[in-house]
Formats: sequence, C-alpha cells, structure tokens
Amino acid sequence: MTGFVLRRSLQALLVLWVMSFVIYALIGLMPGDPLDVMIASNPGATPEVVAHLRAIYGLDQPMPVRYWHWLLDALRGDFGFSRTHSEPVLTVLAPALLQTCKLMLISFALSVVLAFALGVAAARKPGGWVDGFVSLFAFAGISVPVFWLALILIIVFAVQLHWLPASGMGTVGDNGLIDQLRHLTLPVATLTLASTGQFTRYVRAAMIETMRMDFIRTARAKGLGEGRLVIRHALRNALIPVVTIMALSFGTLFSGALVTETMFAQWGMGKMIYDAILANDYNLALVGLLFATLVTLLSNLVADLAYGWLDPRISLK
Amino acid sequence: MTALDTPAPARNIQAAQSVWKLRWKRFRGHRAGMIAMGVLILLVLFTLAAGPLAAWSGIDPDATDLLSRYDPPSAEHWLGMDDAGRDELLRLMYGGQISLLVGLVSTLIGGVVGLGIGLSAGYFGGRLDALLMRFTDGMIALPLLPLLIVFGAVDLTKLGFSSEFAHSGAAGFWRVVVIIAVVDWTQMARLVRAATLSLKERDYVLAAKASGASPLYVMAAHILPNVATPIIVAGTLTVGRVILLESVLSFLGFGIVPPTPSWGNMLNNAQELVTTAPALAVYPGLLIFITVIAVNFIGDGLQHAFDPRSSR
Repeated sequence: MTGFVLRRSLQALLVLWVMSFVIYALIGLMPGDPLDVMIASNPGATPEVVAHLRAIYGLDQPMPVRYWHWLLDALRGDFGFSRTHSEPVLTVLAPALLQTCKLMLISFALSVVLAFALGVAAARKPGGWVDGFVSLFAFAGISVPVFWLALILIIVFAVQLHWLPASGMGTVGDNGLIDQLRHLTLPVATLTLASTGQFTRYVRAAMIETMRMDFIRTARAKGLGEGRLVIRHALRNALIPVVTIMALSFGTLFSGALVTETMFAQWGMGKMIYDAILANDYNLALVGLLFATLVTLLSNLVADLAYGWLDPRISLK
Repeated sequence: MTALDTPAPARNIQAAQSVWKLRWKRFRGHRAGMIAMGVLILLVLFTLAAGPLAAWSGIDPDATDLLSRYDPPSAEHWLGMDDAGRDELLRLMYGGQISLLVGLVSTLIGGVVGLGIGLSAGYFGGRLDALLMRFTDGMIALPLLPLLIVFGAVDLTKLGFSSEFAHSGAAGFWRVVVIIAVVDWTQMARLVRAATLSLKERDYVLAAKASGASPLYVMAAHILPNVATPIIVAGTLTVGRVILLESVLSFLGFGIVPPTPSWGNMLNNAQELVTTAPALAVYPGLLIFITVIAVNFIGDGLQHAFDPRSSR
C-alpha cells in the first residue's frame, strides 16, 4: 500500500516533469517573445539595445538551456513573475486555484448526487419510460457544447428573466455570501448539467449489471423489500466501479471549468490560463498548466486508493 | 448438376454477408439509433445544400454589409444577417461542412494512431507494451482543453512554415485536425490493445505464426478483422467528441479562424449576441448539439447491434 502510493507519486512526478518540458517548448513556439511588449513600447530601442536586453534575460540562449535555468529556479520554489499582473506567479495563482476548486467541488458533488438518483431510478426498469427519459437526459448532457449551454442559461436567466447575474464573482460593494452564491449559481448549474450525463450512464450501467446478480435474486427470494434491496444490496456493490470512474473523471471537469469560467468571467484557473496564453504571459501559463496537470494526477491517485478501500478483494501493489 | 457441384466459396461469401445483415437488422430494431441516423443524414444534406442554395439565390456567403448587421429574417435572408451583415443561413450551412469534416478527418487520423499504438503494444507485449501504455496513461492524465489551447496558440512560422501558409484557411483547418488527433487517440489505443492481447493467444493466430506469417500479416489478416466492431463503435463516439472539441476551440479563438465559418467560431462574439440577437447565439450551438447527440445515439445503436449478448 505504502509502496503503491510511493510508486504512483513518483510516476506522477515524472509525468509532471515531462509535461513541464513539453509545455515550455510549446510556449516558446507561441507568437512573440517576452521582450516584445517592452520593445514595442520603447521606440528608442536600437537593435543593439534589444540584443543586449535579450542577453540580460537569457533569451539568446537555446531553449534547452533556458528550460534548465527555469527548472532549477522552480525547484527552489521560484516560478518567476507574471508579466500581466506584475506579481509573483504563485501570488496570482492562489486565489484562482481556490475559486476553481470551489466551482469544481460543488459541481462534482451535485452531479454525483443527481447521477445516482437518476441512474438508480432508470435501472429499476430498463427499457421503461423512466429509463428512456433518463437516457435522453444523459445523452443530452454528453452531447451539449458547454459554452453554448452557458449561453442559453445566460439568455434565459440573466437577460430575459433578470433572476441571476450573467458574469463576475460578486457585485462591487457587496461582499455578502448571498451575493457570491448568486454569482456562482449559473456557473455551477452549467458545469453540473454538463457532467451529470456521463455519470448517470455509469451508475445506470453498473446498477443494471448488479441487479442481474445471483445474490440479488436470493435477497428477493428471501422476501426483502424492494427499497432495502436496491439501497443496501445493489447500490453498495454498484458503488465500487462507479466511484472509481467518477473520481477519474474529476480531472476532466477541468476542461469544463475552463469554458465555464471564461463564459461567466470567474477568476479561476481555467480563465487564468486562457488569459495568460492570450496575453503571452509565459510564466503564468506554464505554472497554471502544471497545476492543472497536478490536480488531474492527484485525483487519479485518489481514485485508485478509493477503489482499494471500497473493495477489499483488490490489493494495490 | 448435383448438390456436390455447388461451389463452396459462394456459400462462404453468403455466410460472411449474413453477419453484417444480421447486425444491420439488429441496428434497425434500435429505434433511437434509426431516428438519429435519419437526423444525421438530414443534417449532412443541409450542409451540402450550401453550394446550390448560394448559386440559386445569388447570395455571396462571404460578402459583408455593415449596414444590414443583425437584420431580422426576411424573404431574401431566411435566418437574417450576422454581426458582419452576412447571410446567417448560408454561413450555418458552410460552417457545418467544416465542423463535420473536422470531426471525420480528426477521428480517422487519431484512430489510425491509436490503432497502431494499440496493435503494437498488445501484439509485441513486454517492454514496448509497458512503455506505450505508460505514455498513454500520461496522455490521459493531461488536462485536455488547456493543452489544446497551447497547441492552438503555436505560431506556425516558428516551425518553419511560410507566413502565407500559416495564415491561410487550409492551415487553420489542418491545425485543428492535427492537434485534436494528437490528443484523442488514447481510448482507441487501450481498446485495441486489450482486444489484441486476448486475440493473439488464439489457435488460428498461433497457427499463422507457426507457418511463418510476418507480424504485419497476422495483424492485418487475423487481428484487425476481429477488432473491427469495437473500433467502429469507439470511432463513432469519437466523432461526436471531436466535433465538440472543435467547436469549443473555435469558439475560444484557437480553432477554425474566421472568415472561414465553423459552428464554433460563429459564436465568437456570443457575449454581444446575447443581448442584441439571441437567435444568432442559439442556431450554431443547437446544430452542434443535434449533430453530436445524433452521433452518440448511432454509436449506442451500433454497440447494441454488434453485441451478441445484448437482448433488447
């Protein structure tokens, strides 16, 4: 068990390290370079001055050398400065990470609950009208473009009905909890609706599979009530594969979070990365992407641990 | 002529056909799949009608007219005008061609990559398998959309392409196709590997190997035909996923570049559309939604048709 966690952590570190190099190389291929803005804003910059500046910032070095210097600094905890925010990268990143965690955790919890309710209801009678309705809903959730779903919600609830704010994280001058929640409602609704579909399909499939098992027939033959049968016997067994696959999908929520945050102007990791790439903010984009990868890797590790914990027959080696 | 004279191969061909006939029959029994198939055919016809409609009505889909921005639907322009005074209906049709084409081509390329990786990992096993599968696991763990955005932001001139090419419509199309194919092959690879692992131990594969067949021949003649059905199902579902990816990338400005329309980039200025012309914010997304849900239902129907155990 300890060995398993250790080995997986090492693997995760390896993936992160490879990722950091790949992203560093890719970001070097984006238009412009870190000095463009400085040079463009200073008409007096002669080619000699520019060359001198490049040498000072080490931009005349080949990419692998620059990466090596970045890596050494990063290992010391220095991730550099964000040039759009003029602040250390980690200072910019912290509130964004918090905001994204809030959005992702609330949406994840809601969609898991919703998926279990719908999936169990559908599996009671496969092929029945409840199942048909739930399947249609699940397929719709998988197939809807997240940004368009957000648009529709904005049109209906913000523009037409004026019930909820269309963007931002709070009204200026009002920092109350209610106000914050009002601003969080539409983003959470978007992300929840978009992720419930896939989860519902997992629950439904696992429940149908479990309800076919012998021990369910035995329990039914004993005269066990249908409610107790579904909850205590079937659900507990269906839980194992479903929880794992849901935890594995937690990382994929990140793509949805990026779109949702961009649509609703929420200052989270997704929007931060998007803005950083648009503005050529190299350091911020790089560290943001690495943190996003780290979150995904961690959720995968948790998924594996949960699997072993829920099903004692599985030994993690 | 006696019964003995009947040539044997003819009967075999008939038997081979009947498997697919049976599957087609089972697919036809899947109501949602059949409806979805009909919807998808209509959608394809809709997008293909763009050329004829433009020729018939004499409207140039790229002609901008800033005086008629956001004009409501009229007898001449059935869905009105977009934010640059272009015919919305024609742009929806042409955009659909691009979106559907990206879906198909990316799936094909990603599928071939996944097939190659899955086949070689499963067939050769050992170190190669471990290496390829760790690589696949690593790919799966990456945050997809942020990574695609970085790929999309890459300046092609820094890779040695000419500036002309880098800013052409063709480059925009192939860039999206390639970056999606680069990340979306993992499911196919895992699926093919798992199937190959069990297939390569079968007696007929061993017999082929014993009689000196090369690995490439065994893969092509014995393994590939037996993994065809899961590949078709997974490929269908991939098309839906890719269409969604293309739309969100184009929407964020890292995919198909205007003036070439795609269902995603027609929503580029959605924030403005929401208040000025909500209908224009609805059409492109609705078409993506209908297309992808149809593709997913077809995938579900195919899965049902190919799985001998499913009874419904």
